[in-house]
Amino acid sequence: MALQSLDIRRRSATTTRSPDIRSISTGGGVAKLIDTTKCIGCKACQVACMEWNDLRDEIGTNTGQYQNPHDLSESSWTLMRFAEVESPKGDLEWLIRKDGCMHCADPGCLKACPSPGAIVQYANGIVDFHEENCIGCGYCITGCPFDIPRISKRDHKAYKCTLCSDRVAVGLEPACIKACPTGALVFGTKDDMKLHAAERIEDLKSRGFENAGLYDPAGVGGTHVMYVLHHADQPQLYSDLPDDPHISPAVRVWKGVTKPFALALMGFTALAGFFHYIHVGPNETDERDEAAARDLARKQEKAP
Amino acid sequence: MTNHWVDIKNADIVLIMGGNAAEAHPCGFKWVTEAKAHNKARLIVVDPRFTRSASVADVYAPIRTGTDIVFLGAVISYLLANDKIQRDYVTNYTDFTFLVREDFAFQEGLYSGYNADKHSYDKSTWEYETGPDGFVKTDPSLAHPRCVYQLMKQHYTRYTPEMVERVCGTPKEKFLQICEMMASTATPTRAMTIMYALGWTQHSVGTQMIRTAAMVQLLLGNIGVSGGGMNALRGHSNIQGLTDLGLMSNLLTGYMTLPGEKEQSYADYIATRAFKPMRPNQLSYWQNYEKFFVSFMKAWWGDAATADNHWGYDFLPKLDKPYDMLQSFELMNQGNMNGFICQGFNPLAAAPNKGKMNASLAKLKFLIIMDPLATETSEFWRNFGDHNDVDPKQIQTEVFRLPTSCFAEENGALTNSSRWLQWHWKGADPPGEARSDLEIMGGIFTRLRALYQAEGGAYPDPIVKLSWPYAQPHSPSAEELAREYSGKALKDLADPKDATKVTRKAGEQLAGFAELRSDGSTASGCWIFCGAWGPTGNLMARRDNSDPSGIGQTINWAFAWPANRRVMYNRASCNPDGKPYNPDRKLIAWNGSAWGGADIPDFKADEDPAHGMGPFIMNPEGVARFFGRKNLAEGPFPEHYEPFETPLAANPLSPKEPLALNNPAARVFPDDRKAFGKPAQFPHAATTYRLTEHFHYWTKHVRLNAILQPEQFVEIGDALGKELGIASGDHVKVSSNRGYIQAVAVVTKRLRALQVDGKTLHHVGIPIHWGFKGLAKPGYLANTLTPFVGDGNSQTPEFKSFLVKVEKV
Amino acid sequence: MSDPRAPIGSAEQREAAEARRRDLILRYSAAVRTRHWLVAIAFVLAALSGLALFHPALFGLSGLFGGGPWTRVLHPFLGLLMVVIFLILAGAVAADNRMEPRDWAWLRQYRDVVNNREDRLPEVGRYNAGQKLIFYVILACLVGLLLTGLPMWHAYFSMYLPVGLIRLSSVVHAVCALVLICTIIVHIYAAIWVKGSVHAMTRGTVTPGWAWKHHRAWFRETMTHAANSRPRAD
Repeated sequence: MALQSLDIRRRSATTTRSPDIRSISTGGGVAKLIDTTKCIGCKACQVACMEWNDLRDEIGTNTGQYQNPHDLSESSWTLMRFAEVESPKGDLEWLIRKDGCMHCADPGCLKACPSPGAIVQYANGIVDFHEENCIGCGYCITGCPFDIPRISKRDHKAYKCTLCSDRVAVGLEPACIKACPTGALVFGTKDDMKLHAAERIEDLKSRGFENAGLYDPAGVGGTHVMYVLHHADQPQLYSDLPDDPHISPAVRVWKGVTKPFALALMGFTALAGFFHYIHVGPNETDERDEAAARDLARKQEKAP
Repeated sequence: MTNHWVDIKNADIVLIMGGNAAEAHPCGFKWVTEAKAHNKARLIVVDPRFTRSASVADVYAPIRTGTDIVFLGAVISYLLANDKIQRDYVTNYTDFTFLVREDFAFQEGLYSGYNADKHSYDKSTWEYETGPDGFVKTDPSLAHPRCVYQLMKQHYTRYTPEMVERVCGTPKEKFLQICEMMASTATPTRAMTIMYALGWTQHSVGTQMIRTAAMVQLLLGNIGVSGGGMNALRGHSNIQGLTDLGLMSNLLTGYMTLPGEKEQSYADYIATRAFKPMRPNQLSYWQNYEKFFVSFMKAWWGDAATADNHWGYDFLPKLDKPYDMLQSFELMNQGNMNGFICQGFNPLAAAPNKGKMNASLAKLKFLIIMDPLATETSEFWRNFGDHNDVDPKQIQTEVFRLPTSCFAEENGALTNSSRWLQWHWKGADPPGEARSDLEIMGGIFTRLRALYQAEGGAYPDPIVKLSWPYAQPHSPSAEELAREYSGKALKDLADPKDATKVTRKAGEQLAGFAELRSDGSTASGCWIFCGAWGPTGNLMARRDNSDPSGIGQTINWAFAWPANRRVMYNRASCNPDGKPYNPDRKLIAWNGSAWGGADIPDFKADEDPAHGMGPFIMNPEGVARFFGRKNLAEGPFPEHYEPFETPLAANPLSPKEPLALNNPAARVFPDDRKAFGKPAQFPHAATTYRLTEHFHYWTKHVRLNAILQPEQFVEIGDALGKELGIASGDHVKVSSNRGYIQAVAVVTKRLRALQVDGKTLHHVGIPIHWGFKGLAKPGYLANTLTPFVGDGNSQTPEFKSFLVKVEKV
Repeated sequence: MSDPRAPIGSAEQREAAEARRRDLILRYSAAVRTRHWLVAIAFVLAALSGLALFHPALFGLSGLFGGGPWTRVLHPFLGLLMVVIFLILAGAVAADNRMEPRDWAWLRQYRDVVNNREDRLPEVGRYNAGQKLIFYVILACLVGLLLTGLPMWHAYFSMYLPVGLIRLSSVVHAVCALVLICTIIVHIYAAIWVKGSVHAMTRGTVTPGWAWKHHRAWFRETMTHAANSRPRAD
């Protein structure tokens, strides 16, 4: 279920403006705040996600860690990642991070997607996949700085967290938020979430986490899923959360300048040929050439 | 819980020890995060493993499994030595000043009266000294060498930070840091809550561990106050209700007890339970025991319970010994118990020493399984390869499987850890041929009764005279049972102060246990539940979460036993004058003529505080006990004993007394003692536990949970992994002297090697959730490994401390 | 010994003889023509499907292939087909595409080339330097497309490779395709411009005058070869 087209702010592989008549949503759009410092890794969010979205991943195996399933998949749109880190003081920290789509303001997936309307960004900030338009090329994976989308081996469509766009559209919070028992997941306007995060960060600083902070990376224009981290100066501690995520330069070139330049160059080449023809005209052979050829042939026949 | 889930948010310090609330109680754990977020609370976690709770703790300290009494005893010692106690509270509300008998003694880990042959005590010396007036002697100056304060101080001098480091493996600095944090709640305006669960109960000294923690809380004045308390986190959603309703083999409902075989006289039975006050002007509420008991007997046997037959006292069995789980399976193994109705229980998985369980079940003539799931127990006779390697041809037990509905498929009340009876409504019909437990039990009972009526027998009276007033005898309803355990008037009840007034008409539901009478005019199946279904209806079904108190006292939400009281002993939240110790978190107060406030007073409602009645009204002393008298098997003060499978050769606290190595008062069956392993062969300390992704052995039948934790694993520390060449993901074999399991290894920093008594000790963590039935990957039952020995009082098996060895497969 | 650059096999010899009988010269045997046009068809399809995936404005081209998903499915197979057939074709024509000293002179005189002043140019063999250059550019582009296309092929390869490589591949793939398409546009235009070329690639033959004018060195060789292979009259 999608929001109405009036709420679509951006659309993949679309060069014209999307319906823009509605004024932008308030409070900087919606945002999910994941407080890693309150999270106990109970995986209720994973269950809620599976239940609401009717997803059932494989019953897998244990590979020597708590993380299960082992990775995001077309059927696991969110996943707790567990990292054991020793602080310089020698104390152990078990940093647990709920992984999933970050809903970037500048989404790499949307930029990379070649299929019109397969990826949309709503006015509230949610980046959503419309699988009926997905062609399964995987460019969204190439474009994503967070390694989030996954393509189903069964239907070859790309899937990821929708931020429960269907629930949010009717005024409900995402399923994971509703299920979180400790309040580690909260949802509201982005402005409110930043205020909430500021309070949390103050509390964390009072507990000795001097580098506590909010993860809302500017490299992707900010995100609509944000983290409160104890160590905001070292996001990579949290199972390789990117330090400074941004759309890769290769993708920017590929999906940026290359596109108009290529069309122009191809058009120019064709036009060059056309006008060459108009100006110089065809290169033809006539009877004189044939006669010359016959002469040469005769000479050559005599030569030996 | 003495307090309740929501009240945890009022704590200033939260200690999670002997439990892992974030893992096993994630929904309740939200109140810890509330306390941290909104009350600036600090969270302390003490556990052998760095757990999910530890991951959000402010301070974590490791501890060797089974040594909590050393840790907590040293906390007591620290608090006393540094005078970090709430003195006003302790001197007025505890037995600090009470004098103990002169012949009471303690030496090298043993109390006076020990009988080494019987592994038990003659407890006669474990008592206070009484004066000529019949009351206990006291010394308000606390100078008397035999006052409880002095004895306790003396007892715990051996429990030093150095001893903690040596026995528990806890670094001394961490221990002292934690002591300091705990001590900060000795002021009247700060409170600490202690949250524990099976991490304390499942030890051979589990009850004493809990008691030690309670003593810490008493010293700090944290019992009876908002944000404090001793809070047992119950596992199964209705396990609280199980004990409340007396499903333990030695209990009747409401914590009344079955008589022993020597108690053939009804008068003696009542006299030994209706405690007389031990100090002047104390309430000693158990004086009302007979009212509760007679009302209970009227609920069970109705008109057949009369004053003439002592309310049917002879119908009750008289115990020659406790018939707890371990005893029952021992009898089964000896061939002395050959039929077993197994209702909502999966003992093959849930009881210790699976090998013994297999052998015991195989000796049964019949086994009836009542369960919503196809449990391991129901297929104990089937060969599942290495996971259950039995020969079905050798097993003659006839197994009947009666599928039951689950909680969501029936109406009823569940009692949570907060002692709240919360009514729930059926959400769906049970599948297939499943029937409710009530219907199955009703059917079995009515047929048995018919057989007894037709054929008689040795003593059919308790069966044929049982009151069975249900509209459909073969299928009593939850509502009928709820009204029955709550209670009603059998005759018009006259006001004791004015005989012309009728306070309750015959047949009317009672509002509370204060209305119960010992003359047979009231019936109540469980006195502490009395009023749950009162004259105004089903209070358990209330869902009003308004909180005028602002501290989470939602007293119109469901019904909390007793008497809808949310915080037990709440009289102790006020000073002797009746003023709240902490005005910001006021539970009740004396207004000059009555007690009242945000909670139901746990006190005589109109008792002027000037008269000196103590706040612990269930105790005949009127105060809380540090000196446990004869109540527990091991002694009046908790003493550390090693687990029955210990890596140590001697108890460091009483090294010269071999009898004090393990709990000297525990009951160990001879064959089980032989099955204990020795550290030479099994060098690692193992502990079993639950994961948040699963619920016991149930959710491996559920696809969602199986996805989240699909396959059996064991956890070992980095250091042990290195020593044995085991990497995460390798398969390992873990053996005890009773069997072995194989599982995937999770090699983790979270289980660190400890220095114990000069040696390096490794822990092995064994989650329990796998078996050979269900959707998750088949695995071994973890209780293949565990020893068949229980706590000296509750007989809860020692699942948390035993010895294993680990090998790479 | 026959000329190694002459059409191989008896079928082609018969084809050449048949051409001579009609006073024409066989330039491309049927086998070569077939390979060329197979490459050409594969190219057109790969290019159209590729362009559909490349630029939103051209996404409509995916309709030619049954929609977006089919375009995504078919494109890599079409590309692979193009590369494989081209390599077979290249095996047959590689020898004639070796750059020779006179080719460099020819290239330096590109102004004469584009202005139809062929009389000023050095004699040209079977292929002129422009054709040889196109051959090498196509070869390079196809190798580039193959090497970058495989990592992008999500159904079979992407999951085994680091995303950085896929990202780089994506942009290089686009550049290679661009160069290839432009080169092919030049190639097609040249065929339209130089009359008789289309006939050569469709019917296989050229007139002696065409050969004399555009590929005189090759014409001489053909004559020599024809004289040697002509049966004695007496």
